[in-house]
This record gives sequence, C-alpha cells and structure tokens, in this order.
Amino acid sequence: MLKDITLGQFFPGDTLLHRLDPRTKLILTFVYIVALFVAKSYISYAVMLLFLIMSVVISKVKPKALFRGLKPIMVIIIITALLNLFYTDGNTLVEFWIFKITDAGIKSAVFMALRISMLIMGTFLLTYTTSPIDLTDGLEKLLNPLKKIKVPVHELAMMMSIALRFIPTLIEETDKIMSAQKARGADFETGNILQRAKAMLPLLVPLFVSAFRRADELAVAMEARCYHGGVGRTRMKQLRMKRRDLLGLAAGALLLGSVITLASLGL
Amino acid sequence: MSYIIKTEGLCHRYSIGTPFERTAIEDISFEARSGEFIGIIGHTGSGKSTFIQHLNGLLRPTEGKVFYEGTDIWSSKATTRDIRFKVGLVFQYPEYQLFEETVYKDIAFGPQNMKLSDEEVDRRVREAAEFAGIGEELLEKSPFELSGGQKRRVAIAGVIAMRPNVLILDEPGAGLDPRGRESIIENIRRYHRATGATVIMVTHSMEEIASTVERIVVFNRGRIAISGTPKEVFSRGDELAQMGLSVPQVTSIAKRLSELGLPVDTSVYTIEQLKTALLRLKGGGKGA
Repeated sequence: MLKDITLGQFFPGDTLLHRLDPRTKLILTFVYIVALFVAKSYISYAVMLLFLIMSVVISKVKPKALFRGLKPIMVIIIITALLNLFYTDGNTLVEFWIFKITDAGIKSAVFMALRISMLIMGTFLLTYTTSPIDLTDGLEKLLNPLKKIKVPVHELAMMMSIALRFIPTLIEETDKIMSAQKARGADFETGNILQRAKAMLPLLVPLFVSAFRRADELAVAMEARCYHGGVGRTRMKQLRMKRRDLLGLAAGALLLGSVITLASLGL
Repeated sequence: MSYIIKTEGLCHRYSIGTPFERTAIEDISFEARSGEFIGIIGHTGSGKSTFIQHLNGLLRPTEGKVFYEGTDIWSSKATTRDIRFKVGLVFQYPEYQLFEETVYKDIAFGPQNMKLSDEEVDRRVREAAEFAGIGEELLEKSPFELSGGQKRRVAIAGVIAMRPNVLILDEPGAGLDPRGRESIIENIRRYHRATGATVIMVTHSMEEIASTVERIVVFNRGRIAISGTPKEVFSRGDELAQMGLSVPQVTSIAKRLSELGLPVDTSVYTIEQLKTALLRLKGGGKGA
C-alpha cells in the first residue's frame, strides 16, 4: 500500500524534459493547468491530451508509473464524476428514484474525470522528471519578486525541499516500523475501520517520535553549518535558461493560445 | 538431523518494473538445525537483512521457497501469520519500534497479538524481561525515558516474549558502547542456552561472532559465499578480505606471528585459543 505513494518521486533520466530548466517546467505545468480549465470542447481536450502524451513520450516515463499515481485519488475522481453525472441539467436520458442522468451530465462527468486525471498526470510528470532540489530552486527563483513584499520565499522553498526530501525517508521508515510490528504479530490489513485505526497506533507513535527526532537533528546539523536563512546565500549550480527552454515556453504559449482560441470560437 | 528452517533457491528483487529494480538476494539455499546458533556476516548491502526478513514471512520471495519444519510458510495466510510468532525477528535499531506507554505494555504487545490469556502474557513478559536483562523497576516506566541500551533490551524482550523457536537478530549490538554490546550478546547466549531455541544473529563484529556462534554464513553480493564453522570460515581470510570483511583480530595476530617465523596455529579465533597456543609455544620453547 505504501508503494502507491509516488508523490515527490523522481525518476532520473536524460531526456529533453529532464534537461529543461525547472522554471520552464513549472511555468509549463501552470500553463497546462490553466489550459485544462479553459478547455471546454472535445477538440480542445484532444489538443490537451496530445500535449500530455507527447510530453510523456519525450520524457520516457513509463505510462504505468503515471497511472499508479492516479490510484490514490481514484475515489475523488469517481465521486466528482458521479456528482457531475447526477446534478447537471440537460436533456434527461434515464431517470430513476431521485436520480436523473442527462446528456450534459454525461459530458461533464467525462470531462471532469478527464480533467482531474490529466491534471494529476501532468503534475506527476513534473515531479517525475525534476529532482526535488531543482524543483524548489526553480520555485524560489520564480517567486523571487515576492520577496519585495516580504514574502519569506527562501524559507518556504527550503521547507518544501526538506518536506520533499523526507517523503521517501519517512516512507522507508514507515515500512520498517510496519515490518517490525508485523514481526510481533501486528495486523494492519484486517478488521473494521475502528480496529484498523487502533492497529495504526503502534505505527504512528514510533513514526512521530522519529520524525521529531529527525527534525531536531536536521535543525542542529543545519545550524552547525551556519545556516541562517537565504540572505547572502549563493548557489553552486546556477539556473540558466537555454534555447530549449525558449522552445518549451513557446510550446506552452502555443497550447494556451490554441485552447483559448478554440474556447472563444465556442468549440 | 532436523532442520527447523530451510530456504530453497530464494531470490528477491526490489522495485520490479521501475528504473530502480535490483536483485537483493539470489539463489539462497540455507538450512538451520534446531537449536543451532548461526552467525551471518557480510558487507553492507550484501543482502543479509533482506534474507532474514524472508525467514519469518515479512518479505515474499520473488522466486524460491521458505520452509518452517517442512511446511512452506506461504502455503496459506494463516500459516504466514503463525510463522511470525514462531520465528521472532529483531530488527536493526529495534528501539525505534517502541510505542507503548510503559515498558511492560510494549513487551506484552507480541504475546497479546497471540491472543494468550492475561496470566500467560504476564508470565511471558516477566520471563522475557529477565532474559533481556531488564529490571523489575523499569517495567512501569515509559520506554521513551530509558537509555539507548535499555530501549534496545526492551525491544529484544518484546520479541523474546513470544517465545519464538527461532530468534533472529539483525545487529543487536549496533550503535552501543562495547560494554553494552557484550552484555546484550551475553544475554542472547544465555537465552540460547536456557531455551534451546535456534538463534540467527547478523553482525559486523568478527569478535562477537567468533566467540559466540557454532556456524557462520557469509553473504556476498546477494549470495552465500562461505558457510562453515568459525574455524573453517576464518581460515579463508584472503577470501573474506576480498569481500570487504576481516578475520578476528586474534587471527590476524596469529597470522602475522607465523609470518614472522613463529610456529603459531593460525586457525585460532578467540583470545583464549591464542593464549593457549602461545603458552604452548612458550612451553615448547623452554623444553627445547
């Protein structure tokens, strides 16, 4: 069950998508999400899907890995689709008890499910092809202007990179503690919700204890290396925009442009 | 000769289907006799820890089989769960698994999962605490108040309390001071002598293993490289060195002495043995 958690996981590679500047990828992802919400028609969805498929092909990320990312939020997708299915007005096709299914309902349910799935897959593609460090570096650079209005951009980026950095560690730790408790006969898989919640206790207590211990140790280790925030801090690896980044941004602009045009044409 | 636990052609691959796929252990055929004290050594990443997690069904083999007293431990769900009580596994740094309010309750976690009566649980907790060297006065304390060494003992007691027929320990002395190490190993030896249980101990310390176990199994790159008595294993010092392992210090001393021209028996591996060998040499020297 823990293996389903793929958030923040990075698959190293050397494709065009991996080499793009993280800022480009962040902007592209943002543009992609905006375009997803602008898209209203079959054609624009087809354009969006094509863009996603092309990116996946370029990145050489296995589609299976992307679908695995969808698993944990399947419930949300299904509920959203069902709500849209039953609560959209239009020409009634089927009616039973308090439910009625309309043609518009089917359309919006399909679109909603597609939209969420593509949104998740798009963002997963970002984390799959960008190392957490690059990602937060890019984010910090992008948000830099906000420092002017006293937003603690560096601190936020640092918190994010630490959080991302520790996801795999905590998963590993959870796995370990789970195994250790299983070795003492703990049962995490059977029983009703209440029993299962209670069975989590031997897992959660040690996990919290170790998370706090780790946080404490990390803080000491950072202070020992004179960390005092972002002021005056330089980087070993400077981010530089290259030609491929311009190409990437152009592709993004083209996508957004075409989707908006399609939408304004009523397609 | 009865085998209590046995593996056949065991193989385990991690992260199948991702770019991180790798083979941790390959083609491991291993047998442990009832009541045997076995030491497992190997370089970091040699597959020891993966291997021992197969012995109580925590990891499912990618290929191969694990037998406990002749039954395949994966033959049914109930068997697998049952095996966990019969084959106790103490993980590396087991103190991080403590969670209860009191030491007593934490040790009782295993026996309670076995659905034993309260009196039986109580008996086992006290017995296990005794074996692990935990004083009566500590039982009502919170495990989080204890020192590192005491926590380790509590965690070991938590497994012993299930009275497993096979006790597996992954580096029980890791990260403790020398005295704490020796004392924990001594507790394990006592447990082995008193109960006749099979004990399998993973360790990095050659001294620890040399003076304790009856048989050593050496892991290298996911396979069993050497298996034999300490004497047999430590006589192959060069091979061990190639695997990034060493022989006990006394063996090295004996070897160096013999290189310097003294006729010392180089197959010694405990301080006592070297002492005897040197005294014999000294006596022989006088006689000549």
